[in-house]
Amino acid sequence: MDFGPHLMLASLEGAVISAILVLTAMGLSIVFGVMRVVNVAHGEFYMLGAVLTWFITSIVGGHPAIGFVAAIVVAPLLVGCLAAGADRLILKRVNYDPDRTIVATIGMLYIIQQTTLMTFGPEARPVEAPFNTRLSLPWFEWGENGFAMIWPWGLSTTSYKLFVIAAAAMVLVALWLVLTRTKVGLLMRATQQDSETAQAFGVPVGKVYSWVFGLGAGLAALGAVLVVPIQQAHYLMGHDPLLLAFIVVIIGGLGSLPGTVIAAILIGMSDGIISVFFSPTLAKIIATFLVAMVLVFRPQGLLGKIAR
Amino acid sequence: MSNGTSKTSKISRRSALLGMGAGAGALAAAGVLPGTMGFAQAQSSAPIKIGFQKHATGIGAAYGRWYGATTDAAVKRINDAGGINGRPVEVVVEDDGTDPGRGAEVLEKFANQHNCDVAFGTLFSHVVIGSAPRAGELKLPYFVVSEGHHVASGMLNRYTLQPGITDVKSQVISMAPFVANNLGKKVTMIYPDFAFGHDHRDFFSEAIAAQGGEVVAKIAIPPTETSFTRYFPSIPRETEVIYHVMVGPAVLTFVKELGEFFGPNRPELFGFIDSLEAVDIKSSGLEFLEGTYFWEGMPRYAQADQADYEKDYRAAVGVDENGASIADSKDVATYAHMFGCWETLNIIKAGMESADYQGPQDRAKLIEAVEAMTDMPAGADHPQGAKRFNGKTHQTFGSQYISKVTDGKLVVEHTASIEDGLYEDEVDYTAQSF
Repeated sequence: MDFGPHLMLASLEGAVISAILVLTAMGLSIVFGVMRVVNVAHGEFYMLGAVLTWFITSIVGGHPAIGFVAAIVVAPLLVGCLAAGADRLILKRVNYDPDRTIVATIGMLYIIQQTTLMTFGPEARPVEAPFNTRLSLPWFEWGENGFAMIWPWGLSTTSYKLFVIAAAAMVLVALWLVLTRTKVGLLMRATQQDSETAQAFGVPVGKVYSWVFGLGAGLAALGAVLVVPIQQAHYLMGHDPLLLAFIVVIIGGLGSLPGTVIAAILIGMSDGIISVFFSPTLAKIIATFLVAMVLVFRPQGLLGKIAR
Repeated sequence: MSNGTSKTSKISRRSALLGMGAGAGALAAAGVLPGTMGFAQAQSSAPIKIGFQKHATGIGAAYGRWYGATTDAAVKRINDAGGINGRPVEVVVEDDGTDPGRGAEVLEKFANQHNCDVAFGTLFSHVVIGSAPRAGELKLPYFVVSEGHHVASGMLNRYTLQPGITDVKSQVISMAPFVANNLGKKVTMIYPDFAFGHDHRDFFSEAIAAQGGEVVAKIAIPPTETSFTRYFPSIPRETEVIYHVMVGPAVLTFVKELGEFFGPNRPELFGFIDSLEAVDIKSSGLEFLEGTYFWEGMPRYAQADQADYEKDYRAAVGVDENGASIADSKDVATYAHMFGCWETLNIIKAGMESADYQGPQDRAKLIEAVEAMTDMPAGADHPQGAKRFNGKTHQTFGSQYISKVTDGKLVVEHTASIEDGLYEDEVDYTAQSF
């Protein structure tokens, strides 16, 4: 493949990875920012989103779009409720103690994963995309006959992949509006800045925590709903997104939402481009190396603030 | 010097301990220790226990489930016909998680906890390679259904046999002439990055070179990968044929993305059915496969000339004429591989009967009896076709099928004979002691 089209394909792949990553990492980042909880079970909420999508689309039937729309509404909601319940039932009981919440969420990871294995089974299940047209992409070249438009071999994407990128951008904008323009967002930001003072001013911190934990898990599930027509639902699929989300959150700065977005795009694009030009393994190595470098030279992350 | 002396004394102390251990073991084996004798006598009417190392979870789960269904059906048939040497057969199932470490532990459980007579059933090559040394140490006959060349290559040991399914080397040797003569000579290979995929890479490269072709690119993909488009730009433009073989839970995504990458201008495609095992060929996005070729260990779709014994086998394992479960037409079987379980169990039965197998003390006799086998005719015991077992390399040889996707079904276009897949022995396991 020529360099130009090759780079374009790599960037498109990277953009899809970034789009999914930005949603999952955002969920992780919000939970940490507001609650100071390192949620190790985050990847399993993502997996649950994918599995529920398969389940919903398979019972709805009809045109794949009907099932998909139902899933995009119901799956994140269900996962969010489950997470909020887990917060009430588990995290609250351990008083959000940093060490104990890590152990508790590890426990949740295994409970969710193994319950899925026992009910849903070990198979990978496909979900049909609501629409999926292959789009050949042109490339412009200055050839013998002057400026010409060519259609290079293999340079293509699908309408659904473009939709994923657009949908993720829309969700991000909506999230930003909620956080900055609504009362719920105000309560969340108040809790994030100083939960004790917020409580003194009458903010129901306990409820906010449950909402935030549910929102974080819902975002992961939403990312999974979007990705599952491209990949497949499988009970072990939560592992990679968890790792990547942690990488993104550490690089971006724990709890910093703009930092998370920038880092997700950085990691997603570099993953896409390095994977295409060299190898996916090298992309993972570089991302992990980047984390190490950030931890050594800028422990608070790109946009994180130094802990007071 | 003093260093050397102390070393010697250490060794002798160790060997003394070993000797004591061996002595205790010998006493136990001879039934001198209380309790063991009674059990040995009662065993003659007790069931023969076959440990089934099953990929119930992990990346091999789809295979595990169908290997399980086939095993149950084969054992039911054997028991209905009076069992082995008049004793019923009991299958002990343990999940290995498609993991080499767990695999070795599972064999240990079979030998020491469940007191199994033999172990059987493993597919994924890394699990076989991880488990086989333990089978050798435990002196537990280990019948694998794996396709890997590791058995015949001499890498394993006398206790590991593969009598029920052919190996990758033999498969690709018999495929290469068809690929070179009908599809093209410049081949790009896409394969999973572990032992099984490496067998494909090494032996197909050799085999296609022998046909005057060449492999222009080798693309290795980790078997746990979930997204594949990024690997495809490395396919060189000059490629005439894509040779693909993929495993793991994401095979459907793999094939789909391959189609999306090429669009209407694809090169010829020759795949191993592994890329589509347990996947419905009519899934959306797979339409581009029409007119492409697949290797099949056993034809998924009932062919026009299907023999009666194959029909019976299909019914027994619960698979319809489209290769899907009778109970659920969307649940596609791993039909091209699972016959190996059926045939291996029948070989274990034949081996135990000819060795007059009574219990674990006869394990060596059982292996010798299987090693003595040669030609096995096609029939109810061997529904995939006739086999020729090589006792020296512990590997069986059989027919291979090349099918073309025609109207959304796989139709056999070429059948390679046993002779097409033969190669020179690389090991003589019978020369190894037990």
